[in-house]
Amino acid sequence: MDLKDLYRDVILDHNKRPRNFGRLDPCDSSADGNNPLCGDRLTVTLRLAGDRIEDIRFEGKGCAISTASASLMTEAVKGLDQDAVRRLHALVHEALTSAVDAPPPEGLGKLAALTGVREFPARVKCASLSWHTLAAALAHRDTASTE
Amino acid sequence: MNASPLDAAAPAVYDVARVRADFPVLATTVRGKRLAFLDTAASAQQPRAVIEAVADYHRSSHANVHRGVYQLSQKATDAFEGARERVRRFLGAASTREVVFTRGTTESINLVAQSWGRRLGPGDEILITWMEHHANIVPWQMLCERSGATLKVAPIDRRGELDLDAFRALLSPRTRLAAFTQVSNALGTVLPVREMVAAAKAQGALTLIDGAQAVPHQRIDVRELGCDFYAFSAHKLYGPTGIGVLYGREEVLRDMPPWQGGGDMILTVSFTGTTYNELPFRFEAGTPNISGAVGLAAAIDWLETLGIERAHAHEQGLLRRATAALSQVPGLRIIGEAAHKGAVISFTLDGVHPHDLGTILDAEGVAVRTGHHCAMPVMDFFDVPATARASFGCYSDDEDIAQLVAALAHAREVFG
Repeated sequence: MDLKDLYRDVILDHNKRPRNFGRLDPCDSSADGNNPLCGDRLTVTLRLAGDRIEDIRFEGKGCAISTASASLMTEAVKGLDQDAVRRLHALVHEALTSAVDAPPPEGLGKLAALTGVREFPARVKCASLSWHTLAAALAHRDTASTE
Repeated sequence: MNASPLDAAAPAVYDVARVRADFPVLATTVRGKRLAFLDTAASAQQPRAVIEAVADYHRSSHANVHRGVYQLSQKATDAFEGARERVRRFLGAASTREVVFTRGTTESINLVAQSWGRRLGPGDEILITWMEHHANIVPWQMLCERSGATLKVAPIDRRGELDLDAFRALLSPRTRLAAFTQVSNALGTVLPVREMVAAAKAQGALTLIDGAQAVPHQRIDVRELGCDFYAFSAHKLYGPTGIGVLYGREEVLRDMPPWQGGGDMILTVSFTGTTYNELPFRFEAGTPNISGAVGLAAAIDWLETLGIERAHAHEQGLLRRATAALSQVPGLRIIGEAAHKGAVISFTLDGVHPHDLGTILDAEGVAVRTGHHCAMPVMDFFDVPATARASFGCYSDDEDIAQLVAALAHAREVFG
């Protein structure tokens, strides 16, 4: 177990300078996510073109893992249709929860920076919060929780 | 004061190395590093005496209590009721009828809310403070929702002190109960409970003290405090989890209805009606946590032999030195700066979220609590989502502080 595996440069960079940070107004859909254990909170706002995410922003307060994960997610899903988002969410879930010695799934792109989280089970919820919140926004539910 | 006779014989110098040797877990390593366990306020480690007392009970004395006529059952009953008597002496209660075993502080408070609370209605008020643990907030919110009573909250100031004048001003003849912590788990603040009890009594209100953070660090005498209820957990007192105590003044407990039904809490059961057992058994439905009670009694014995006052003095020294050391760390902000504090330091570090801090400190062998500490209103008051919290116990030492300070420097490096 290595801290550098968790706090990779990409994670530290996205924590310091989160991409797509803020709120789309007006937006087509939004959802609030919270992690009751640690108090992380974030809001995802979306603009949709048919089935496709045309634009996405997030804002909130959270740890480096949750902020970087949300930031990386917004970059990864912009332009994707809902099926592609679901497939990517499944890949991220696998990357976060697979056995430490298993090879990380392919097709993650920059999101592969998150695979270090699987060595820190207490932090998996930090990384998955933004994805749950995005899923809630796409399903037009207002809130998501990691509990 | 009924100080343990061993206190007088104990050496004047507090030998923390000897205390540490009583705790097997402190000899273990975390990720190859020395364990600096700084989360005693969440749950204290157990000395060998407690671990052995519980194991001995299982090896030689276990059976159900208050039921069998056979010898083993009598042994278990004696151990369980002996533990109750030990707790009575520890608290200075008048009678074992006033000592109810529960799962812990949370269940103790819920018992009062569910049972005593049944008499409340619209127009009645319950007064708490802003720095309560969720366990001393939510049961009262639920009670108010059921009964139509109103929950009042006494404010705190920026140092984390209770505004005692505001507390007094919020008391009135409508106040039926004032429920407050003796020591804040999130801020460390020691509350002026004597004054608070006196003020509440003057208005005819009952009082409940959440003693979870207080009992490991100071001698408690419930009759001297004058409170009606006192709640604490064994696991914060170097005892096992899943066992705690509700002290209730007999006069008050006597008029309270049972809250859970089942075995042990009855005298007779028939389908035309059931009669309830005497105090305290009326509030202990079902097979109790017998080994937990045995462990609690062993923990009290152990701590009183060590000397609660001596342990407290040691912890206060650590608190002073740790506060001074942490104040030197650039970007570190201590949350909770009351004049009188328990051995708890909540803090934030600029640019590093408490959860990241927790993970980085863990990699250095340092165990601190991070999060909202079950006190979200306190976090909101100080406008932080969470804090890191270092807390000290009788076995904490200066090496723990040095390890924490070094790990904080490492965290600042990682987050540049």
